[in-house]
Amino acid sequence: MKPVRKVEGRAIPFGQKNVDTDVIISAEWLKTISRDGLGKGAFESVRAKEGNVFDDPEYAGASVLIAGDNFGCGSSREHAAWALDDMGIKAIIAPSFSDIFSSNAFKNGLLSIALPQEAIDRLMEVAKTDPITIDMESMSVTTPFQDRFTFEMDPFRQQCLMDGLDEIDLTMAKSDAIEAHENRVDSAQAWHKPVAA
Amino acid sequence: MTKAKTLYEKIWDAHVVDQRDDGTALIYIDRHLVHEVTSPQAFEGLRKAGRKVRRPDLTLAVPDHNLPTTPRIDANGNKIPIADPQSAAQLEALEANAPAFGIKYIGASDAEQGIVHVIGPEQGFTLPGTTLVCGDSHTAAHGALGALAFGIGTSEVEHVLATQTLQLSRSKSMEIRVEGLLGPGISPKDLILHIIGVIGTAGGTGHVIEYRGEVFEQMSIEGRLTVSNMSIEAGARAGLIAPDEKTFAYLKGRPMAPKGADWDAAVDYWKTLPTDDGAQFDKSVTINAADVAPTVTWGTSPEDVVPVTGHVPAPESFADPSKQDAARKSLDYMGLSAGQAMGDVAVENIFIGSCTNSRIEDLRAAAQVLDGHKKADGVKWAIVVPGSGLVKAQAEAEGLDKIFTASGFEWREPGCSACLGMNPDKVPPGERCASTSNRNFVGRQGPGARTHLMSPAMAAAAAVTGKLTDVRELIG
Ligand code: SF4
Repeated sequence: MKPVRKVEGRAIPFGQKNVDTDVIISAEWLKTISRDGLGKGAFESVRAKEGNVFDDPEYAGASVLIAGDNFGCGSSREHAAWALDDMGIKAIIAPSFSDIFSSNAFKNGLLSIALPQEAIDRLMEVAKTDPITIDMESMSVTTPFQDRFTFEMDPFRQQCLMDGLDEIDLTMAKSDAIEAHENRVDSAQAWHKPVAA
Repeated sequence: MTKAKTLYEKIWDAHVVDQRDDGTALIYIDRHLVHEVTSPQAFEGLRKAGRKVRRPDLTLAVPDHNLPTTPRIDANGNKIPIADPQSAAQLEALEANAPAFGIKYIGASDAEQGIVHVIGPEQGFTLPGTTLVCGDSHTAAHGALGALAFGIGTSEVEHVLATQTLQLSRSKSMEIRVEGLLGPGISPKDLILHIIGVIGTAGGTGHVIEYRGEVFEQMSIEGRLTVSNMSIEAGARAGLIAPDEKTFAYLKGRPMAPKGADWDAAVDYWKTLPTDDGAQFDKSVTINAADVAPTVTWGTSPEDVVPVTGHVPAPESFADPSKQDAARKSLDYMGLSAGQAMGDVAVENIFIGSCTNSRIEDLRAAAQVLDGHKKADGVKWAIVVPGSGLVKAQAEAEGLDKIFTASGFEWREPGCSACLGMNPDKVPPGERCASTSNRNFVGRQGPGARTHLMSPAMAAAAAVTGKLTDVRELIG
């Protein structure tokens, strides 16, 4: 994973609440066996309408997406995170995220940043004309107009993102503890193993 | 005295491999279900990094999402290939990956094939007190047996394959206590739709929901699976129902469930799992079972529910301005207007299936309503898709397939089918579907499709009258 320390750029002021994963990438696109190329299919139903923010030349090349409450609800498809990544988005800012989505985003080095609705309202304004900056070190979102909103993230995730750490490697370093758990269960709870049918 | 714990805390504590100071933990995963759609990239990742599957014996693979539900074997006993090249490639990937990594694989034309969340419990792969994951959000279903079960993304699938663990932070606990019992003709599906209507699609975010109350004690395992399945629609990552004698009776003798002395030891342990008296939940909601009517959705979010005897709400009736806006968009998409009686809404398609409602009881409930009736003329397409090959065989042994086909339904092979628009079973644009699935999102059943979620009995009733119908009028 590439380290992410700072994201700077224009933001798409989408603002919609309860954006579900079917809206981010519809099922038709899930038939791929690759992680790439899903950007074309992102927000297909939204983009079918004229005048949508995603095709507005003002926001071409934007690296941030601003949305409403409960972003990424619905299915567990990681294709949603891959699609956002493929369309060049590096961070999503919303009042809240579905658990599975934010974890999928994290695994792909995509920031999901929760800020209160007032901050979102302000950023939606700024986004129309100016870029915004997300700094992972100070955990803050700033604008060219002295706005400064700080966010929270669990320190482990912050570290992994900033250093671009591979989570599987980190876990494999704990294989002794994993094996100890397995041995404990095998001896105390033999019923635990599925019967090979 | 030891601290009183919830069912969730007990399962969590028993699976901590490594505790970090920041509150996150490495959690051991006892069971992993793998399907064709969310796994190819994970296996590819393993291959690239030269990693193996740590515990193939704890992993079970089966295709379900994009398989066509038309016959899979021709008259000569040969496999019928999948026409869509991308779907075919996904299926081939799983068929190749499972043996290459030593994982037990149930093939598309095997008798046990079915939807991951139907076959897990059916095979006895899902057990109380275990942790179970799958790259699919409706993994929440397995919580009905008292397993801590949740959906994961593809990177996590890869992580579990490689390490048999996940790095997780503990969720908050939420109790949904249902007071009283359901009235006649009211099903578990009506109850869970009603609950989602009350707490909203974000009501359970960050929480694991435990469903409590006498209604769940009385409910069959099939019904509990329906309820727990839709925990994700309430925003929760997992649902739980305490294991009890019904759970044990359901599991006993299932192929992959423990046998002999192991079985007895397991049951002894499972009996220690229910939430202790005095244990604290972070959040508690009480629902009155008497308030639950046969329920349908009117909009494009599972929280957009109304009793079938009610009316399409006016967007202005919502307090939250953004909900008003969402409601306007929903009504536009759904082609409905405020104040319209739900009972007047005509449907052209009926789908009975999905991991929410495709088990034998669901099919029995639908068949009971359909018996002796024909589908209405306005209903163009009506399909029943059993959740698994074993459900299908059982239904056929009971003659249910005959009832369905006599009333004009198609009787299909098991799979996810019209629950999601990624296989050939789709609802045409602009048409309506009375569906027993779990999501009424924009485009979920195909681009432009209009979904009304409901119970199997209600979907059958809609087939008979051609409109959304209070099933209680038909079964009197
Ligand atoms: S039936 Fe629907 S919800 Fe269930 S696993 Fe299949 S696609 Fe997912």
